[in-house]
Amino acid sequence: MKLIVNGEALDVAAETLSELLVLMEYEGDWLATAVNGELVHHEDRFDRSLNDNDRIEILSPMQGG
Amino acid sequence: MLTLYGAEISSRLLLGTARYPSPAVLSEAVRQSATEIVTVSLRREMSGGRSGGTFFEMVRALGVRILPNTAGCHSVAEAVLTARMARELFATDWIKLEVIGNHDTLQPDVFGLVEAARILVSEGFEVFPYTTDDLVVAERLLEAGCKVLMPWCAPIGSAAGPLNPAALRAMRAHFPDVSLIVDAGIGRPSHATAVMELGFDAVLLNTAVSGAGDPAAMAAAFAAAIAAGKQAFDAGVLEPRDMAVPSTPVIGKAVFT
Repeated sequence: MKLIVNGEALDVAAETLSELLVLMEYEGDWLATAVNGELVHHEDRFDRSLNDNDRIEILSPMQGG
Repeated sequence: MLTLYGAEISSRLLLGTARYPSPAVLSEAVRQSATEIVTVSLRREMSGGRSGGTFFEMVRALGVRILPNTAGCHSVAEAVLTARMARELFATDWIKLEVIGNHDTLQPDVFGLVEAARILVSEGFEVFPYTTDDLVVAERLLEAGCKVLMPWCAPIGSAAGPLNPAALRAMRAHFPDVSLIVDAGIGRPSHATAVMELGFDAVLLNTAVSGAGDPAAMAAAFAAAIAAGKQAFDAGVLEPRDMAVPSTPVIGKAVFT
């Protein structure tokens, strides 16, 4: 599967968003995810299937003013 | 007491969490400021969720309210999506809405700001819009459903202090019942006092504290300055006069000639 994850082109064997997070070793509750500009809630990641060229954003808290 | 979307807040200082020398210094600055609200942001997570988690656990341990922002967003779509992701992460309807219109000045794109505010309010967000001191834009933001306005007093990070006090005074006069927070441009405690003396309800700042030689001490200085300005406004500040007025009564003055 060819995906754009946080702006980087990747080729990964993930069928769903939750699989992608596991494959990329993301962990913890401090992640927010979006696919193609749409928020994907934490509880919906298991059911959110991915397609070639999907753009995935994975954000977490950081310092801000 | 400051009321923001129904929440009663004792401190009139909102503090950013960026650019501190260390997490320990940030924690101490928050304590010294006695702030009850800190701003945080969201960024692409590059280390498996661990860096953001570590930071947020530290902020959460401070026991203050979180005001997430959409800093760095240059379009309505970006800002709206970031706000939605912030609500997912921080479990709050509060959002400090920034839609930046100019790379150099970091001036708000007020047209995009109003559009994004309308969308977010319709989704139940409680929007804190980072705006200019333009009265018509302020009216549009209020019409969109914002209950708080956050005008700049100078460009973000400029430390220039209030560049147009007349505009801030007009804003206060036009919107006497709206919570007004000066966001951006404050450089030193006297700037904060000045805007509080104009009747503003609170001040949001970051770099003036985090960039100080001793951020925790500067945080305490700002807290005192903001309290002084608020007390002065409530007490009734004397307006400037063109002519001298003797402070000592002249009635009963001895005549020696």
